[in-house]
Amino acid sequence: MTELLLSPLRRLGHSTINAIWRLGFITRFLLAILRYSGQSLLRFNLTIREIYFAGVMSVIIVVVSGLFVGMVLGLQGYNTLSRFGSADALGALVALSLLRELGPVLAALLFSSRAGSAMTAEIGLMKATEQLDAMSVMAVNPIARVVAPRFWAGVISMPILAAMFNVMGIFGGYLIGVVMIGLDSGTFWSQMQNNVDLHYDVINGLIKSLCFGIVVTLIAVFEGYDATPTAAGVSAATTRTVVTSALVILAVDFVLTAFMF
Amino acid sequence: MKRSTIDLWVGLFVAIGIAAVVFLSLKVANLTPQSADQTYTLYADFDNIGGLKVKAPIKEAGVVVGRVAAIQLDTKTYRARVTLNLEKQYTFSRDASAEILTAGLLGEQYIGLLQGGDPDELKPGEHITLTSSALVLEQLIGKFMTSFTGGNNKNSASAAQ
Repeated sequence: MTELLLSPLRRLGHSTINAIWRLGFITRFLLAILRYSGQSLLRFNLTIREIYFAGVMSVIIVVVSGLFVGMVLGLQGYNTLSRFGSADALGALVALSLLRELGPVLAALLFSSRAGSAMTAEIGLMKATEQLDAMSVMAVNPIARVVAPRFWAGVISMPILAAMFNVMGIFGGYLIGVVMIGLDSGTFWSQMQNNVDLHYDVINGLIKSLCFGIVVTLIAVFEGYDATPTAAGVSAATTRTVVTSALVILAVDFVLTAFMF
Repeated sequence: MKRSTIDLWVGLFVAIGIAAVVFLSLKVANLTPQSADQTYTLYADFDNIGGLKVKAPIKEAGVVVGRVAAIQLDTKTYRARVTLNLEKQYTFSRDASAEILTAGLLGEQYIGLLQGGDPDELKPGEHITLTSSALVLEQLIGKFMTSFTGGNNKNSASAAQ
């Protein structure tokens, strides 16, 4: 009878301790990455290689999504704004929503599913096939050789991808607003320029995407490094990367928005 | 894949990224390198600035000649002190006047300057003395209502006589 009462409590305690342990582990993991970063940034071509796989290969999906998001914003914004007779403000609406929220958040979500999952799978498989252990045996630090270059590649790529997303989104909004609907091109741009502030909107958006880059890549490399070294474990870790990143991006976005705007 | 190819692609990626940021700052945020030596400062005190905001445009004959740099409350006179950043190429005479206007019926508020006839020019740091306050819609409606009811009273009074 007591066992019946105690076992759910025990399970609750176990999962709580596990969650706290993982939080501590990911923090120590970040510190280890930062500690060995100097070592790995000296061999910068490793990071460049990872920027290619994480950043350059994500350009297509980011650019195409950005264009479509901008076009949707243009259509929806025009429909709503024209009801209030202020369709002229479409440029400001498209630019502000992209720069402040949609650009950084959607680019980070795309990046986590396109590049983050690949990083987790790669590192997880390296662990499952004991390549990481082999490196340790050869006195090569796997964090400096494998994890840190991927981490920095993600942190560098994310703001660049978000900026591309923003530019393509604004271009999409321009296509719909000016080319298709026929708003005045000068009004579109001048409304945008009057309402967008460099520090308040552009720089804050880039800071946001930098934070997302840190968070997403840290989760990706951590889940890979922490994966159970089996085929099922790697697949579970990849899933966890995408789910956790998506939730953490949205949570961090809320906190950053509350502080910034 | 060869290392030089990867280097090339990454270089292109970073270059496009920088170009995107430059586009966002120049074309979207309209960052114009406006250093202090291209503008000069004037002050204007208003009784009521309504909804005027920092960075609101200052217009002379509809042309933007500067922007509002700061808005403070003068604790001695309890009037709003507005700092105007004007472009150096535009100078105004000593009896120029400033008023707070609204673009459209409910649009954003801006400062309209009106050049005077005095041959002496305002020097940087001086005050524009002739100012008129913002039109506050509620006050206007309030005045209208009181004059309306006042008129009614007069009518009823004359009817009683």
